[in-house]
Amino acid sequence: MFASYLLSGWIVASLVAFAAGFTGFFVVLRRESFAAHALPMAAFPGAAAAALCGVAQWPGLLVAALLGVALLFWLKRGQRRDAATALALVALLGLGALFLSLSGRYANAVYGLLFGQIFASSPADIPPALALAVLVPMALLMFFRPLLLGALSPDFTAGGAKGDVLFLIILALTASFALPVTGALLVFSLMTGPPGAACTLAASPRTGLMLSVVLAVALIWSALALSAATGWPAGFFTGVLAALLFLAARMWRRARQAPQLPGPA
Amino acid sequence: MLDGFFASTVVQSALLIGGAAAALSGIIGVFTILRGQSFAGHALADISSSGGALALLLGISPMAGFFGLSLLGGLGLGQRRRADSSLVAGIMLGAGLGLTALLLHFAVSQRGVAGAAVTIMFGSLFAAPPGAGAWALGGALAGLLLIACLYRPLLLASLSEELAALRGAKVRLLDVLFLGMLALSVTLSAMSVGAILSTALLIGPAATALRLTRRPPAAMALAALLGVACAWAGVALAYASYGWTPGRVWPVSFFITACVLLTYIIAAWRRG
Amino acid sequence: MSLAVSGLTVRLGGRDVLREVSFSLAPGAFCGLIGGNGSGKTTLLRTILGFQRQAAGRVERPQTAGYVPQKLQIAADMPVRARDLVELGFSSPRFFFPLPSAKRRQRVDEILAATGALGFANQRVGELSGGQFARVLIAHALAGDPRLLLLDEPLANLDLRAAAEIVALLRKLAARGVTILVSAHDMNPLLGAMDHVVYLANGRAASGPVAEVVRTEVLSALYGYHIDVIRVHGRVIVVAGERGVQAHGPEHVVAIP
Repeated sequence: MFASYLLSGWIVASLVAFAAGFTGFFVVLRRESFAAHALPMAAFPGAAAAALCGVAQWPGLLVAALLGVALLFWLKRGQRRDAATALALVALLGLGALFLSLSGRYANAVYGLLFGQIFASSPADIPPALALAVLVPMALLMFFRPLLLGALSPDFTAGGAKGDVLFLIILALTASFALPVTGALLVFSLMTGPPGAACTLAASPRTGLMLSVVLAVALIWSALALSAATGWPAGFFTGVLAALLFLAARMWRRARQAPQLPGPA
Repeated sequence: MLDGFFASTVVQSALLIGGAAAALSGIIGVFTILRGQSFAGHALADISSSGGALALLLGISPMAGFFGLSLLGGLGLGQRRRADSSLVAGIMLGAGLGLTALLLHFAVSQRGVAGAAVTIMFGSLFAAPPGAGAWALGGALAGLLLIACLYRPLLLASLSEELAALRGAKVRLLDVLFLGMLALSVTLSAMSVGAILSTALLIGPAATALRLTRRPPAAMALAALLGVACAWAGVALAYASYGWTPGRVWPVSFFITACVLLTYIIAAWRRG
Repeated sequence: MSLAVSGLTVRLGGRDVLREVSFSLAPGAFCGLIGGNGSGKTTLLRTILGFQRQAAGRVERPQTAGYVPQKLQIAADMPVRARDLVELGFSSPRFFFPLPSAKRRQRVDEILAATGALGFANQRVGELSGGQFARVLIAHALAGDPRLLLLDEPLANLDLRAAAEIVALLRKLAARGVTILVSAHDMNPLLGAMDHVVYLANGRAASGPVAEVVRTEVLSALYGYHIDVIRVHGRVIVVAGERGVQAHGPEHVVAIP
């Protein structure tokens, strides 16, 4: 289906989608969509700063994303959570705008970091993506029970804040690894659309998690195939297909729940 | 230096648009935080970026593009206070940004507008089209007028929908009208600091004001004042930055965002 | 001794919510924790569990304690069935993904059957009725095999019949040796079942067998105000101040001619 030079992009995207399916399941259950949107965006100045200093992107991204988590927790004191998230998001994005502007590679870098340049990835991008696809699912499976109980109600776990910090750090990890290859938008769509559909359809947490991962990988494959066929950006197909998938899942569930109307005899 | 600052039509227009956007956003922002719709406000901003890209592609006014798409997004977001409203907002935001990616792709490949992503996402107050200042002022005044008319029911509905409904307010209609006003303020802010940074003007001054006073009218006045002060300080700093790094202006959006956050941090610090 | 609380003082926001509360319960005791809104019932339960730190005093309790929190709501869009919630109550494995196993499934079924929740085991918890949800929460707590079960207002939003059924279930558990401490603002649904009562008012507690605590002299001393305890048909009505003028709670308002 793909030319050989597209192969590494395809592998990287699949690995990122695999990890995003895991993280996204907990994003939806813990109602952290805004944080899942904000943290990839918050990692953005890290990449911009790295570009400015001429060093590798990974450390910059990681530091910025973790800084975003810390900022989120500091701002959250005495503030509504969603407002605090918004403030942390614009704080780091504003810095990103400055760094990019100073580095003089403004235009292309912005498009790439926001919307991703998946087909531009090289075989060198595979090892970090592989690390992500191993580490994140491992961490989430290890803390499956406390994270799930905490999502249902903080009353189930005495130290609710601990689980919160842990999850946001995992989210920041996912974001900073995925950002340079897939862009902030793509990883966010992968972390909300397929898991949202999976939570709507699945009965139990176990099937929900598996469905979330399967749908995320299927989504990125369809998006990449459509993108390769049309030459349009993969980010467009990911965003739109994620929304369609979620909508279809909702409609299917509603149709099944609706009382059966007596059909014509 | 100062003579040049105020004589420049570019600066005049930037002050006008930034001030109008900040004043309206500050007031709408207080309602947004009280209603717990910060994410919806940010989602509308992200969705509106596809309007900016569309306007670029079609060659129409960016303000019309931003407003049209954020209004559409507002209608799609629908009711608040559902358990999954943040998920719905997030998924719509993803679809909206996806559309932006596509339209920008076309804009760059067909019309050769390099740097379009930067303009739309991070704003370019100094490159506002002529006449935008008048439109921004008109929009802000219309928004303020609408708020003045709806102030009491809107505030009551922000605190408790049931109480507002008992007083005879049409809560659903209020929801839609509020999202319309949110779309308007997002549009103006997107013109000033860019689509994804517009949240700075919407949430920042309002959050600061709510830290300093608990009374809603005082918070709104304070938020509007702080917002305008930050916007104008940002414009002035960006103008001054021309002398810092030879030949390159630091982005005005950065300065506005930085001023907004600094005021918040100072307010949070003083309040403990 | 299953649960021993001695000299417990808890301070919240500069205010003593509980002052020198002491009581102890034998294994298999069924104890009601009675008090009005804000009397410190939830604080006492959370302190016993270790969620809340005390300013003074000691709590001795068995390692395994189950807890049914108050006013818990789980949204209907959470993909969690009743049986999943029960399975999440198992104390091992604490971490790691629980792989499906026939043994676990059988144990879940046993607990669901014991709590009368087998009939709706495969429904999402967000879609259950109040009484059904209370049963599932008790089943979740039982999955940890507790020697002590703390319940925070489990009867508050139930209709009379569902409340009576939950009390019967708790009684069955107490008979099997689980110590039950259940909070309520109205003691009447618990009257036939509980053998012990801890009555909270003004941050202080009176405890002992029901007949000894729920008396005019004891409660008047506790409230620092004249209280009448009226017994009608085996029910208890607690009335404050002058006869019939000021009641302890809306449930207790009675017009006395």
